[in-house]
Amino acid sequence: MIRLLLVGLPLAFFAVFYFYPMAAIVGISLSPAMLETLAESNTWQVVGFTFWQAALSMILTLLVGLPGAYLVARYSFRGKGLLRALTAVPFVMPTLVVAAGFNALIGERGWLNLGLTAAGLPTIRLTGTLAAILLAHVFYNTTIVIRLVGDYWSHLDPRLTQAARTLGAGPLRTFWAVTVPLLRPALLAAALLVFIFDFTSFGVILVLGGPRFATLEVEIYRQTFAFFNLPAAAALSLLQLACTFALTVIYTRLSAQVTTPANLRSTDFTRRPLISFRQKAMAAIIIAGLFGLLLSPLTALAVRSVSRLEAARGQRGEIQRGFTLDYYSALFENERGQAFFITPVNALGNSVQYAIATVLLSLAFGIPTAWVLAHSPSPGGRGVGVRETLLESILLLPLGTSAVTLGLGFLVAFSRPPFNLRASPLLIPLAHTLIAFPFVVRTLLPTWRNIRPQWRSAAATLGASPAEVWRRIDLPLVGRAAVVAAAFAFAISLGEFGATVLISRPEFPTASIAIYSFIGKPGALNFGRALAMSTILMIATASSILLIERLRIKGVAEF
Amino acid sequence: MFHKLKPLTLSLTLLLAACASPTPSGPRTLTVMTHDSFAITESVLKEFETVNNVTVQVLKSGDAGALLNTALLNKESPLADVMYGVDNTLLSRALDNNLFEPYDSPALAAIPAELKLDTENRALPVNYGDVCLNYDKAYFAEKGLTPPTNVSELTKPEYKSLLVTEDPATSSTGLAFMLGTWAAFGDDGFRQFWADLRANDVKVAPDWETAYYTEFSGSSGKGPRPIVVSYASSPPAEVIFASTPLDDAPTASVTGAKSCFRQIEFVGILKGTKNRDLAEAWVDFMLDKTFQEDMPLNMFVYPALPSATLPEAFVKYSGTVESPIILDPRTIAEKRDALIKEWTEIVVK
Repeated sequence: MIRLLLVGLPLAFFAVFYFYPMAAIVGISLSPAMLETLAESNTWQVVGFTFWQAALSMILTLLVGLPGAYLVARYSFRGKGLLRALTAVPFVMPTLVVAAGFNALIGERGWLNLGLTAAGLPTIRLTGTLAAILLAHVFYNTTIVIRLVGDYWSHLDPRLTQAARTLGAGPLRTFWAVTVPLLRPALLAAALLVFIFDFTSFGVILVLGGPRFATLEVEIYRQTFAFFNLPAAAALSLLQLACTFALTVIYTRLSAQVTTPANLRSTDFTRRPLISFRQKAMAAIIIAGLFGLLLSPLTALAVRSVSRLEAARGQRGEIQRGFTLDYYSALFENERGQAFFITPVNALGNSVQYAIATVLLSLAFGIPTAWVLAHSPSPGGRGVGVRETLLESILLLPLGTSAVTLGLGFLVAFSRPPFNLRASPLLIPLAHTLIAFPFVVRTLLPTWRNIRPQWRSAAATLGASPAEVWRRIDLPLVGRAAVVAAAFAFAISLGEFGATVLISRPEFPTASIAIYSFIGKPGALNFGRALAMSTILMIATASSILLIERLRIKGVAEF
Repeated sequence: MFHKLKPLTLSLTLLLAACASPTPSGPRTLTVMTHDSFAITESVLKEFETVNNVTVQVLKSGDAGALLNTALLNKESPLADVMYGVDNTLLSRALDNNLFEPYDSPALAAIPAELKLDTENRALPVNYGDVCLNYDKAYFAEKGLTPPTNVSELTKPEYKSLLVTEDPATSSTGLAFMLGTWAAFGDDGFRQFWADLRANDVKVAPDWETAYYTEFSGSSGKGPRPIVVSYASSPPAEVIFASTPLDDAPTASVTGAKSCFRQIEFVGILKGTKNRDLAEAWVDFMLDKTFQEDMPLNMFVYPALPSATLPEAFVKYSGTVESPIILDPRTIAEKRDALIKEWTEIVVK
């Protein structure tokens, strides 16, 4: 009964804010033309490429993210919180801004190529290639691996790997034979989320890949806005949904097979300081790698936001050097006395308010849902039943849904009774919650599923009430994952643009809307303002994540 | 106890207020739906609100394409009273779907006939902008190269690898430019021109922002290519939005015969409005001199009203666009999908 109640609320939320708008938009688009789209050979080429680039991106992201996850899981060192917070910044940055950052570094006239030219070497051309797409996907999603895998890893008993080493296994063999199997629940969860993000990728493909590459999401956008072919767009959306649904079902079955309760340990027990030279050197290499990949394009933008950008005429290519805060002060200047003028303070304020609302809503729905899924009574006491598999897969659907289609669905469904919310500022955090909620569930589940049931029964046998069992066993373990989930929900809301731009109100713009409104106009001052606003968003993101991760739920710190 | 309840009450009020229908007392509300480039000086808007005793609610729905989609999807129960921002590349779709009610505004008398593309006055022209090539003046001066004076010159060998344009399937700027080349060269000429441009290494960007700030060398983004498809109003914008005062524009437009495509933006009263009188007042207001003169520096477009005074920078740095291409919406509606597909085959595949 309690289970029904706990899962009922999130399901009702899903029914109203996901299935209802999706049904509304697909209902409008229903026509035989949908079948024609599916019969076209081009459609299947696009499906093929979508899978191919997502698989490559996912593998690369795991490879890049794992050393970072290892470092934050196994060692304690100064500045670790900051490192974790900084790796989350790429996740919220608008694609257009990231493209400008990459361009400053590796574009045809970027620093790298200027250096290569100066050294007499041939220049590299990255934009418009598959490599650029993969690089950008790694840039965006590495933080998912570091967080999800790193958090889980930090609770694994290090004595298992130590035993393997004592028994004579080399470090690589130990990693494959001991660590990887233990990490599988978190690895699978991270791989799935990264895959779905890459699978539904849109901005990166358009801006960095160029017109020769198309994923399903790009094709949906083109069909919707270039050809107004809603039936084709709906058919492709459903196809994309079917693919992600199939993936999540496979994933849930896979993760059910590998879910074996593990001895999760306190991080005080699993973490060591960096002592030997080798450890320090390894940490330095990993940190330098992460900085180079994730932060150098962003740093390039931050540097440009305080440098004069105008080329001195006559000396072509020479940038007039010098430090300036003009672009920051210009953010506050409404030189034309425009109505709906956006100051950085109120844009950021709106973004943060939406993000807080998203965190609260997605935790309120996500924690009970994860609890129900983690405590599913199934024959044999382990594994996951069919009903749970279905529920889990359904709850992941918003992540695999086309933002264009869902955005249009929102516009149709919530512009008329019974849910006339078009003018309400609430619509934005509701839309963001839809995307953050699956993330929250996915972050909580691996840990929750792997708490040894014996611990609970032992506590109960010793006379603890169910509430006390929850407080002493579940909360300390899950609380940490909940903080990770909250940080994710916050970042998702801060960075979301696709749905926001369709439903936002000019009185309540977000930071990313402000950035787009500047970069959409010609002139050095506008470009400078976009960079300044992006830098402010970066700093705000890093500091709020730092703050959230400092939050310690009572009792969690000790674990 | 009560203060603890407050945040909840606030949210509930928000929710209820959002669900409830507007009350008839106090100033009435006029809802204007538009694209995200819409901007107006606050005092100008306030004046309209005071004179008509009305509160103007502005709904922005993404770019022009998203705006039209939104309006069409909600045709049965319109989201707003007036819609501003549909342009001539999309106009037929709005008209064929009976989105607007006709309105013979008295202000139309002062608007040139060539801009009035709808004879029934369901869509009334407010402003126009010319999609033209922009070039980086310093690049051409330094290389001692003559900049192109006409679009057809782009296929010459000396302009190899210099041009970046936008994909017509994802950018309205790119679409306008492509339509212009078709109007200028005809079916066969269009194919030949773009095949030649491809051979001349044209670069395609997905949107104006990427083309202008990532690829174009004349902007502060410092891209590699010195010619971009942008607007006749971009060079004056470079001067007005310079970070250090400039006495000359760093870029210029190519304004030769048949080189620029005229994009005209329209306003229309949405069918089914319950505030027809206010909607009419808003349309008159948009065509009136105050708004027409306020518009150029806010949205970087040209006023439809010829007697509206242009800002000095517009006169000085825009150049005069010779015989711009104006296509009628019917032709555009018939050709656009096929042309986009053909263009993609020639240039991208």
